[in-house]
Amino acid sequence: MLVWLHSFEALIAGLFLLVAIGIVAIRQMQALLRLFVIQSLLLASGATLISLATGSPHLLGVAAVTVIAKVAMVPWLLRRTVRRELYGRREVVQVLNVPSALLIAAALSLLAYLVAGPLIEAAPVPFVRTQLPIGIAGILLGGYTVTVRREALAQLVGLLALENGVFFAALAIAPDLSVLAELAAAFDVVVVTLVVGLLTRRIHERVGDTSVGVLAALRESD
Amino acid sequence: MFEHVVYNLAQVLFVVALAPLAQGLVGRLKEKIQSKQGPSVLQPYRDIWKLLHKEEVISEHSTWIFRFTPYLVFAAPIFVTLLIPVLTRYPLFFAFMGDMLGGGFVLALAGFFTALAAIDTANPYGAMGASRTRMVGFLAEPVFMVVFFTVSFVAGSTIPYIVQAHWVNPPSNFFEPAHVLLLLAFLMLILAEDARLPVDSPSGHFELAMIGASKSLEYSGRGAALMKWAGSMKLLVLVIIYLNVLVTPWGLASGTGVSEIAMAALWVALKVIGFLLVLVYIESSLAKLRLFRITEFLGAAFVTSVVAMVTRLAGV
Repeated sequence: MLVWLHSFEALIAGLFLLVAIGIVAIRQMQALLRLFVIQSLLLASGATLISLATGSPHLLGVAAVTVIAKVAMVPWLLRRTVRRELYGRREVVQVLNVPSALLIAAALSLLAYLVAGPLIEAAPVPFVRTQLPIGIAGILLGGYTVTVRREALAQLVGLLALENGVFFAALAIAPDLSVLAELAAAFDVVVVTLVVGLLTRRIHERVGDTSVGVLAALRESD
Repeated sequence: MFEHVVYNLAQVLFVVALAPLAQGLVGRLKEKIQSKQGPSVLQPYRDIWKLLHKEEVISEHSTWIFRFTPYLVFAAPIFVTLLIPVLTRYPLFFAFMGDMLGGGFVLALAGFFTALAAIDTANPYGAMGASRTRMVGFLAEPVFMVVFFTVSFVAGSTIPYIVQAHWVNPPSNFFEPAHVLLLLAFLMLILAEDARLPVDSPSGHFELAMIGASKSLEYSGRGAALMKWAGSMKLLVLVIIYLNVLVTPWGLASGTGVSEIAMAALWVALKVIGFLLVLVYIESSLAKLRLFRITEFLGAAFVTSVVAMVTRLAGV
């Protein structure tokens, strides 16, 4: 039973990493949001599996909160606030072309494994071996998404993916983390989404564009 | 021993005989999805039969390469079939003659000669198609290498029979993250290698946009029949490797009884039909990529395979 849980959990970790790399490189806005939802679902199912294996009830709460906040609330909020940005069906502008962005993403995930190596030795908890390096890779890739994307919404998704990475790493290290912490973080995520969404809409109304790369100078007067 | 030789030849027969049927099925299903009548699933057999009885015209400026290539291209998938598990779980007579890398080399040799033959007649479309195929080929090569090394590293062997046994034996092996990621990378590799839709449109008739099909435009008669047949065999061989070694390593015969082999043949046929349905779905729902977007497609496949390798090397 435990062997099966371990291999399923490893599978979820692998898919999590793949989705994180997809978030770096995918071109369409809606597909980007969908990838984020998939990533959050993977996070939730990872939490469920670890709670089954370690018998920690807190992680079930974490899974439920993740599903409510990130799978339901975030897409709903974004569809409400920035409908035009999301359904515009335009391609997201990138600083780098896709193959080089992907290669750097692969290098970052290797780096995550290198960084996580000594940490794993220090914390011999069952699931740390798979969760920690991929969680760190999720953090690095989320941050990389924020730097490589040129659009407000895509950067927001990168930020949220980064947050997913943090929780993915945390699941294994602290399986008894109380639900309260996750609840607070999830609430933050929703608020951040709302604020960024409203801000993006406002910028779109005033400037007519939300490509952050283009918005280089302040406008003093209207 | 005698049985092993016979079954080895039987699996060659299985692939040679059923490859055009697989291609006919794909053609028919695609037309059905577009609400058309579509040709009969037996149409590829009729095409091959017709071409075999036509006169062969060969340009007098071409060299021996042009004449030799169809036979080599036809023989290559047959050689690979000898090496891979098509119907049985246990290694057959020729199984240790070459490993997966050997099979890859044989298919690459056929690809190399196809490209040479396409340039040989000095038909401009042929050279264009050949150079594009090489471009896709050299982008697909690193993916193939990483997939291959990861698979052999995970299973501890490069012989496809042993790899197949590795996924089956403790069933939890099947859900290794490296394995599932490799499935995705290999699927993308099949699409690129066989000139399928997001990379190339196999049913297109516009020479300027062709990648795979324009290489055999100059062939007629017997040469054309062999090239066509070989193309469908290559697809079937790739699909069988994918299904029997990686995706669904179950349902193969473990005994030497004839009835068991027949059962296995039925199972393999069902699996192939299932895969062809997925292939038709992919081909009907995606548009062809622009030529310079192919790097992105194969770049994604490469990163997937690298991630598979990384998760494996980290000792999951």
